[in-house]
Amino acid sequence: MKAVLSRYGTTLTGMMVLATFIWLAVMVVLPYLVMVEFSFRPNLLPADLGTEKDHLTADNYGTLFRNTIHINVFIRTIWGSALATFLCLCVSYPVAYFLAKMATAKQAAVLLLLLVIPFWINEILRTFAWFIILAYNGPLNGVLQMFGFIDKPIRWIYGSNGVIAGMVYAYIVFMVFPVYNAIETLDRNQIEAARDLGASLWRIHARVVLPHAKPGIAVGCIMVFTAAAGSYIVPAILGAPGTRWFTEIIYQWFFEGQNWQQGSAYAFLLLALCIAFVMGMMRVFKVGLADIAK
Amino acid sequence: MSQDIALETVTKKFGDFTAVREVALNIRAGEFFSFLGPSGCGKTTILRMISGFIEPTQGVIRIGGQDMRGIGPNKRPTALIFQNLALFPLMPVWQNVAFGLEVRGVAKAVRRKKAEELLATVELADSAGKMVSDLSGGQRQRVAIARALAVEPQVMLLDEPLSALDLKLRQHMRAELRRIQKRTGVTFVYITHDQGEALTMSDRVAVMSQGVLQQVAVPMDIYNDPATAFVASFVGESNVFAGRVTETEGGTGRIETEAGSFVARLGAGVSRGDQALLFVRPEQMHLGAAAEAALNRIHAPFSHAEFEGNFVNVFCGTDGHKPLMSQTRSDPGVLALTPGAPMTLGFESADGVILPAGELARE
Repeated sequence: MKAVLSRYGTTLTGMMVLATFIWLAVMVVLPYLVMVEFSFRPNLLPADLGTEKDHLTADNYGTLFRNTIHINVFIRTIWGSALATFLCLCVSYPVAYFLAKMATAKQAAVLLLLLVIPFWINEILRTFAWFIILAYNGPLNGVLQMFGFIDKPIRWIYGSNGVIAGMVYAYIVFMVFPVYNAIETLDRNQIEAARDLGASLWRIHARVVLPHAKPGIAVGCIMVFTAAAGSYIVPAILGAPGTRWFTEIIYQWFFEGQNWQQGSAYAFLLLALCIAFVMGMMRVFKVGLADIAK
Repeated sequence: MSQDIALETVTKKFGDFTAVREVALNIRAGEFFSFLGPSGCGKTTILRMISGFIEPTQGVIRIGGQDMRGIGPNKRPTALIFQNLALFPLMPVWQNVAFGLEVRGVAKAVRRKKAEELLATVELADSAGKMVSDLSGGQRQRVAIARALAVEPQVMLLDEPLSALDLKLRQHMRAELRRIQKRTGVTFVYITHDQGEALTMSDRVAVMSQGVLQQVAVPMDIYNDPATAFVASFVGESNVFAGRVTETEGGTGRIETEAGSFVARLGAGVSRGDQALLFVRPEQMHLGAAAEAALNRIHAPFSHAEFEGNFVNVFCGTDGHKPLMSQTRSDPGVLALTPGAPMTLGFESADGVILPAGELARE
């Protein structure tokens, strides 16, 4: 701050601080506050505005627990996001370990590039590509049939299968990089010491590598879970009929139901879920906010 | 509970680089054996081959007579103490010590008890529940030893474990390691670039240079009877004279150097007419009456003296030449000398050794 002051002077610095403050207040804080206010108001006809019906109420939040369909979607969103997070971890951990401790510099560079290249393409297109791959008469079934693994096509996009597959793919880098960063800092001698003392591969990971990688795993899980729970495109494209995601319900309240009050309440419920997940992970993995910010 | 190790013409190449070249030696069961050499001499490569982290390119390593080819580090009867110790920072001290037992499926109560016993033997009985980060450098050292001893290894491998400690602690730990080795009877293979460590602790020392074994001998012979010019110059201080051998008779020879003609012991591999190096330890390079009475004498002006407490290093010679060094008892007369004063230095023929120049020829 002192350096900025001496470089730009009081006036210019003040203007920059003010601009940042206004931007934060108007573009970030204010919309949230408006949504908070919305979420505690009933959805009224214009004629009823200002009458005794127009009062603060927590009713919008209660809707979720009265509507069995919505609560099921909410639970499926939690369950599906958790599953996608877990699968992401299962896939990412070996990749991250290989990158951090086994790969040569060249191998690591190639692998990292391969991981990142798909992200140069728009998320909608990537997700749609998976829709094509997994389609009933799509290439995956075609290849499996060609090699005789299956007799007739499998309906992959069924229930939450497509959504989970799409999410594991879409969010894998959010898991690989934090876990990779964590494992990278592990002293190779620790692994060798465990091996020298007779530890099997499994035990080396369980007792030495995994405990060390815990903060990275926590960060990866938080990023993947919140991204998955808040995802709209993947469930919209890869979801089977009858297996909606909670974000789709929120969308419906806002844009199809024109009930912004109800939509706001649902949005905050999703936010509360994600905050609860983050805090839960922090407690389970015994990591602080500072570890996550890294 | 200890076994011997045999290296049978072991060679290790990394690409085009030969880290260890045809090393053949036997380490006896229950011996404290050191590999001494400058960094990059191949000593750590040998240790990692014995522990099983790398396989020799050629040759066989046997532990207790058993061929170790294809046997991983987790299956060998060895325990390695790493240079940085590699203790597990996320486990309490006792779990560190008990890790090898945990791996072997020993019940928790039993391994806790065993860990506490081991910690007691390294005088850390009250630290079982502490974390590694709460311990001092010397304490960590002892935890690492206890952790390695827990698996009851037949061979203990130590990779310069004292190099991170300060001087006082290092000297204390030397005695400690020696005591533990003698009590347990385990074969210790110790890697170091510090000649003091190698000479004080070891039963035998192997000196290495550029992947080649130079000499294997008891510490006293390494110092007093070096086999090669490298050993003579790497271990301890020496006055070195380059010259040509003009006469040989039995075990002695005459060498003509710039500083004069001297008679000294002949090392292996030196014959008449060879270019060779003469080594004389500074404590064998006498001054005063002893010098006048000695067979070999050199006249040189006094340069300066360094007072070390119990002894003084006296340097003689003219500018532009490597000074001659004599180590002598602290004596006010020596310290009162003025630069340029004429001096006589002398040594007996038994105290000098003539060795083939070898890799030091260019220096």
